[in-house]
Amino acid sequence: MESLETNTTSEKQKDYRSNSLFRVTLRSILRQRSAIIGGTILVFLVLVAIFAPLIAPFDPEEVLIGKEDIKKRSDPCIHLFGCPEDQPQHILGTDGNVRDVFSRIVFGTRISLFIGFSTVGFAIIVGTLLGAIGGYIGGWVDNLIMRFMDVLLAFPSLLLAIAIVTVMGRGLQNALLAIAIVSIPRYARVIRGSVLSIKEQEYVSASRALGGGHAHILFRRILPNAIPPLIVQGTLGIANAILEAAALSFLGLGAQPPTPEWGTMLGSERNQVFTAPHLVFFPGLAIMITVLSFNLLGDGLRDAIDPRLKE
Amino acid sequence: MLQYTVRRLLLSIPVIFGILLVTFVLARSIPGDPCKAILGEKASLEVCERFTIDHGLDKPIPVQFWIYMKEIARGDFGESIRFSRPVTTILIERLPTTIELGSVALTLAILIGIPMGVISAVKRNSMADVITMLLANTGVSMPVYWLGLMLAYAFALLLKDTPFWLPPAGRVSAGVVAIPFHQVYNLVATPESFGYKFLDFFSNMFIFNSIITGDWVVLGDAIKHIILPSVALATIPLAIIARMTRSSMLEVLRQDYIRTARAKGLREWLVILKHAFRNALLPITTIIGLQLGTVFAGAVLTETIFSFAGVGRMLFEAITARDFPIVQGFTVVIAIGYVLVNLLVDLSYGFIDPRIKLD
Repeated sequence: MESLETNTTSEKQKDYRSNSLFRVTLRSILRQRSAIIGGTILVFLVLVAIFAPLIAPFDPEEVLIGKEDIKKRSDPCIHLFGCPEDQPQHILGTDGNVRDVFSRIVFGTRISLFIGFSTVGFAIIVGTLLGAIGGYIGGWVDNLIMRFMDVLLAFPSLLLAIAIVTVMGRGLQNALLAIAIVSIPRYARVIRGSVLSIKEQEYVSASRALGGGHAHILFRRILPNAIPPLIVQGTLGIANAILEAAALSFLGLGAQPPTPEWGTMLGSERNQVFTAPHLVFFPGLAIMITVLSFNLLGDGLRDAIDPRLKE
Repeated sequence: MLQYTVRRLLLSIPVIFGILLVTFVLARSIPGDPCKAILGEKASLEVCERFTIDHGLDKPIPVQFWIYMKEIARGDFGESIRFSRPVTTILIERLPTTIELGSVALTLAILIGIPMGVISAVKRNSMADVITMLLANTGVSMPVYWLGLMLAYAFALLLKDTPFWLPPAGRVSAGVVAIPFHQVYNLVATPESFGYKFLDFFSNMFIFNSIITGDWVVLGDAIKHIILPSVALATIPLAIIARMTRSSMLEVLRQDYIRTARAKGLREWLVILKHAFRNALLPITTIIGLQLGTVFAGAVLTETIFSFAGVGRMLFEAITARDFPIVQGFTVVIAIGYVLVNLLVDLSYGFIDPRIKLD
């Protein structure tokens, strides 16, 4: 009877603890304005990506010449804002191939979100493992890992990505792989730096003195404390991944026309910036808003999750 | 410390070897026939054969790499396939523009980014913090080339005929001639000497050269032309530095020794600058070192948009034209420079944070 009671109590405690930890974290995330703003934009973007076919009035790759009385690179026309009713409505205008820019931007959301999640996920997992192991073990293992990272880091990332894509061939898939590869060292270095400094801390020595194994010390004592800078870096990483993929596409190495990728759209119309600035402005704005949402969310998350920053 | 420095220097050698190997493998793996890429699809078989032999492309890959290593050791990066001129000469011509652009951009980023981050952290959750971080977040989210194009549109077209007009392209206006400072002061007589080339390198940095020669017309023109590209190029590093400064400062400001410093009655600015900022410097230094890469990568885009005849633009052109020697030479020089900067960053850890033992 007594043991049953103890069990129930400890289960209750456990349940209470995990529940409250989750709630406390959620509550503190919800207290962060930037997290709310970033999260809201991101949810909106995800919805746009999911419901793109319902939102977009046209097919993103459909050339409208001959189907409508419209010229290429026509200015935005919104009937509600006084655009003559006899003109076809294109709220962000049409591009050089007479395609609806708004529809293309809506569909571009899918591509950009995919780029962000896939590349950074890959890079963080590989980078954290390499950096943590290097920083903790030290010696030749650290040297070997970090020299390899140095070789990758020794190239400006976009340049190496350009080189890799040139070798593997143009296209979005190769661009993603290139960006993921070149961003691994960033995470490895940040984690290694934190691990190096944290492993000198007293609580790590204490844990060691108490007989903690290497895996325990590294994964339970050091890594949790090394994660806050990684969140900052990872946030910037998603920003970077989307920006670099767009840059590769802008230079003609990433997504190929007629794919409605924002960087590609921007790149193909960049010489029209003085005559049709809306063709450059809107795709860039879309990139910025998407990247911004990740940054704001990550910033808020960091403030919320990092126990050292709690008031 | 000295031992560590020497060891780190020695350890850079395998990295540099790695760089050479990676660039070599990448450049040689580029699909397509370099002969056809350079001489055109209609180049005849005989012409292509001679081309391949002339450029050593017929030898086995390991032999090509060995030849390449020996040449690099002599400082010879070969000859550009497209321009039939030594890569080193082209590099020396192009580098000053990029160094100048990069330095201006990085200086802007540090001078604005660090104070922004410090203020933001000290006045956490205030209006200043919210605005600063909103700006930093927006800055880090902007595509460099988009910002560049928009700045060009705004300042070159919308602000035309106003005092705020800025040129959208080029390093200096057409017709503006900068006389190299070594000619103005008659420093070197023979144009082929090393001294001449050395001084000429620096005289190609327009801002530096015109300050030395006191040519204020060229200085004004050069500054006008560098404003838009350097602002575009500085935005991302600036935002990253500001964010990192803020997060690092916030962490330090919570430490006990800050409370102690305040408790003993130190003035707030002393607490912030001497006690907090110095301890927050480590991650900031790391991130600044890494920004050099962002600046070089950004230079590829910025120089392309603003028609700057720098290294970045040349590199992109060379990669698309499969001009192997230029790709290799430029990449190797940039990468080695980057290795040395990161080495300095590593070594500075010991100075910045004496708790880190460098042995």
